[in-house]
Amino acid sequence: MTDRLGLVVSGSLESGVEVKLDGGVSVEDMAVGRYVTIEGQRQRFFGMITDISLGVIDPRFTLTPPDISDPFISEVLSGTGTYGTLHVLPMLTIGGDVANLIEGPQPVKTVPSHFSAVNLASQRDVELVFGGEDEKRFYVGTPLDMETRICLDLPELVKRSNGIFGKSGTGKTFLTRILLIGMLQKSAAVNLIFDMHNEYGWAGTSEGGRSVKALKQLFPSKVAVFTLDEESSRRRKVSTDFVVKIGYDEIEPEDMALLRQTLNLTEPAVEAIYQLRRRFGRDWLRHTADLPDSEETSELLKELSIHESTFQNLKRGLATVGRLPFIEPRAPDNAVTRILEYLDRGINVVLEFGRYTDITAYILVANLLTRRIHAQYRERMEKAMGEATDKPTPLVITIEEAHRFLNPEVASRTIFGTIAREMRKYNVTLLVIDQRPSGIDTEVMSQMGTKVTCLLDNERDVDSVLAGVSGKGALKSVLSRLESKQQALIFGHAVPMPVVIRTREYGSPQSYQEFLATGKGAGRKQAEEDIEELWG
Amino acid sequence: MPSDRVGEIIEASTADFVAQCYELYELPPLGSLVKTRNGELDIYGIVCHATTGSLEPGRRPIARGRDEASEEAIYQSSPQLSKLLRSEFSALVVGHKAGENINQYLPPCPARIHGFVYQCPPDEVREFGRSLAFLTLLANASLPVPVAEIVPATLRLISQSQEDPRAFLVAAGKELSIMLGGQYNQLRAILGRLK
Repeated sequence: MTDRLGLVVSGSLESGVEVKLDGGVSVEDMAVGRYVTIEGQRQRFFGMITDISLGVIDPRFTLTPPDISDPFISEVLSGTGTYGTLHVLPMLTIGGDVANLIEGPQPVKTVPSHFSAVNLASQRDVELVFGGEDEKRFYVGTPLDMETRICLDLPELVKRSNGIFGKSGTGKTFLTRILLIGMLQKSAAVNLIFDMHNEYGWAGTSEGGRSVKALKQLFPSKVAVFTLDEESSRRRKVSTDFVVKIGYDEIEPEDMALLRQTLNLTEPAVEAIYQLRRRFGRDWLRHTADLPDSEETSELLKELSIHESTFQNLKRGLATVGRLPFIEPRAPDNAVTRILEYLDRGINVVLEFGRYTDITAYILVANLLTRRIHAQYRERMEKAMGEATDKPTPLVITIEEAHRFLNPEVASRTIFGTIAREMRKYNVTLLVIDQRPSGIDTEVMSQMGTKVTCLLDNERDVDSVLAGVSGKGALKSVLSRLESKQQALIFGHAVPMPVVIRTREYGSPQSYQEFLATGKGAGRKQAEEDIEELWG
Repeated sequence: MPSDRVGEIIEASTADFVAQCYELYELPPLGSLVKTRNGELDIYGIVCHATTGSLEPGRRPIARGRDEASEEAIYQSSPQLSKLLRSEFSALVVGHKAGENINQYLPPCPARIHGFVYQCPPDEVREFGRSLAFLTLLANASLPVPVAEIVPATLRLISQSQEDPRAFLVAAGKELSIMLGGQYNQLRAILGRLK
């Protein structure tokens, strides 16, 4: 069987080329997102099918349709009187010139000439573009209807902030787990994961309710599970490494400012926090919460020119924070120091929130810890630049429900907004997981290196994910037609061209074996290299 | 007389020729492939029209069968009829053979008067059917019968001598649907008669 599909008949670089299907090829066998190669006269092009349409040679065909129940008529007319067309977006040139041989596939700068033959991309072509699995590349899935492995260049991926998007229930968590395993095995980075729903540390659940192993079970020596809720972790039989408690004195006004929306604080109330901090110092929260309803308090408020109603508003907010069980007047240990200790040893940290899935807790803790960790990284990085010492290990911070941190209103103020914007200057990047990407600040979105998106069907979400991508219209039709399970579109920095994948399996004993096997392989290679270095 | 000889040319032009049959009513079928020779050239034609009428244009036949039991009996009781009437057919020139090659375009010179016309044997028809270029000549000719009749008749006959008649008809259908892209009704009529 030949894989020839048809001929290029028209098109442009901007909008892609039209391909008339041969008579023997049925439109029903085609699928958007599938790869094709176009044999130009001098170059080979690699592209993706972005639309499929039907054409007739004479408009009267559509008005008085021929009797295609007769197989003879239908066979005669297919490909001649009636035909299918593909819309193909050429994306790369492969093979051919010198630049291609040396640097691999290059972005397209022209279109194939008229009547160039179009074929389904072979396994080899896809491998040439996406590369095989090696010590840097990690297998994340296969293209539609193919067995070739699509691999991501992980050291390249973690150099920038990345996003994983998709409607709820489309497999974001599974995809994230796969990516995290990849990073853990193949990039030089360590991960800090704010695990709102306790899915990444010890075990998660699949849609069918089946329990699947998570990071710590698979890589016990490389992952530490921190918890905010010891009781919940114990009940779930998770072996935790550290229980995070946060002292009143660790909460800064900036942390509260971020919670303005969730705590329903007014703008003046947020201003008041800064004044109170100046007044009471580090222990401002306890002092403020303890202020009695007395004359003295009124005096104080007058002095600080804080209105009574503002103060009540603030107090209600502080009470909500104070009720969070992991907040204590004095924390027994410093969580930030502990996390950094682990990260420095190259151990990935998953922070479980246990029962505290309330968004207030998540925003508060994630921000508070990240701000301090980022500050430390910044300090070390600056020191490293000045004294030519070792730079800190690159850190990837994973956050869920990202639109709460990165919406236009707070993105400029939160630490996550800063990290996303300053990119990898201080060796800290984000892995953002979200189901409403339209809620994320456009500036932050535009800075994301690689975006992985599962099915999205809200127009605004789709637009915001694809903003600024070339061939947006075409990708849009691909994105909105993804299956709701196990399929994702990846585009951006870590892949040479947008790619639709069926994500690799996760959850069966076989899949765990495979994940572990790749890790071991890499480990063995590392050991061999070390021996080589030692003995020359 | 060889059994495959079907007539003799009585009128010829570049695009077609008219032949008279030796025997009354022994006409080649509509759409069949016939050939005639002009020196080194074999000229191919497709039978596209046939008539039977009086030898003399001014003398029309009259009805004679009132007292006869059957049609056959009319001819038996008036044996002169087979000499006073004649059958003739016209063929559209669709190609020629010079040496080994069959060319499906008009020959350099027309057929000759009194040239013998032969029915092509199946092997030759199969050979002729290797190319479908003759369809252009056939579909664009102005003929006394509609194109939608002559084209399917021809293709049906040629297909019978092909190894895979259906594949031949499908290929011819595809060729026609490209050729008659703007003449949907014509195409429909032809395809409907091809089955």
